Amino acid sequence: MSEQDRPGGDITEEQVEALVARLHKQTQAGGYYLNPDEEFTRILVRSLMKNQARYGYQACPCRLAAGEKLEDLDIICPCDYRDADLERYGACYCALYVSAAAARGERTVSSIPERRPRARQDRPQFKQPAATEQAAVPALPYPVWRCRVCGYLCAREEPPGVCPVCKAKKDRFERFM
Amino acid sequence: MKFIAREGRDRGDVKLYALSTCVWCGKVKKLLADLGVKHEFIDVDELSGKQQTAIREQLDAIDPDWRFPCVVIDGGRRCICGYKEKDIREALGL
Repeated sequence: MSEQDRPGGDITEEQVEALVARLHKQTQAGGYYLNPDEEFTRILVRSLMKNQARYGYQACPCRLAAGEKLEDLDIICPCDYRDADLERYGACYCALYVSAAAARGERTVSSIPERRPRARQDRPQFKQPAATEQAAVPALPYPVWRCRVCGYLCAREEPPGVCPVCKAKKDRFERFM
Repeated sequence: MKFIAREGRDRGDVKLYALSTCVWCGKVKKLLADLGVKHEFIDVDELSGKQQTAIREQLDAIDPDWRFPCVVIDGGRRCICGYKEKDIREALGL
């Protein structure tokens, strides 16, 4: 493999393999699938590690990160657009994640259109939370939190530290009700 | 800004705007290398914020819907975004 195919040259193959293995385990538990093309997946995982090192979080390798967490919150992997792209195209934007059919090799994946809104104010982290748009919300014993990545809902005082379905972190939750 | 030049067959002014971490950008780099086309490329994520803004403005002027990877031929006569092998080959007449 040439240098241009290998982002994050100081990251070892063992470190990449370890993260690939961890992601496989996590994704399978949540009903998601990594790209079955192992070489392709290793390149992307290495890129995620490069972004972790330079930004402090795993920004999407195929989008230009701003380098500020709030600005990039919607494109931290798994991104807010993954599930809709899996439905529509059988792969997410970078194609690290694929649909069940693509994971079985029944569907090929390719470079897909960008779903992320171009205007900053239209991105999920800057839009008004759903709760404030609703006219009348019945009194609830607990607030309801929604994971912006996978749609998981839970009723508790605070969102969980990690989404039990897609493993997105606490800051990816929004107040839903 | 430091574009990296690659020698090869002259098919006009071919510039590739890429990200060092993007797998689809890597595929376009490989395609251009395999086709042996003279071109220049730049990994925009490796630039400073100021330089990134300048590049974004350049690309906005060519195609408001641009994204990475972005192949710009002859200063914007053609602009192909994403890994579209057929379109890139066709645009280069190969």
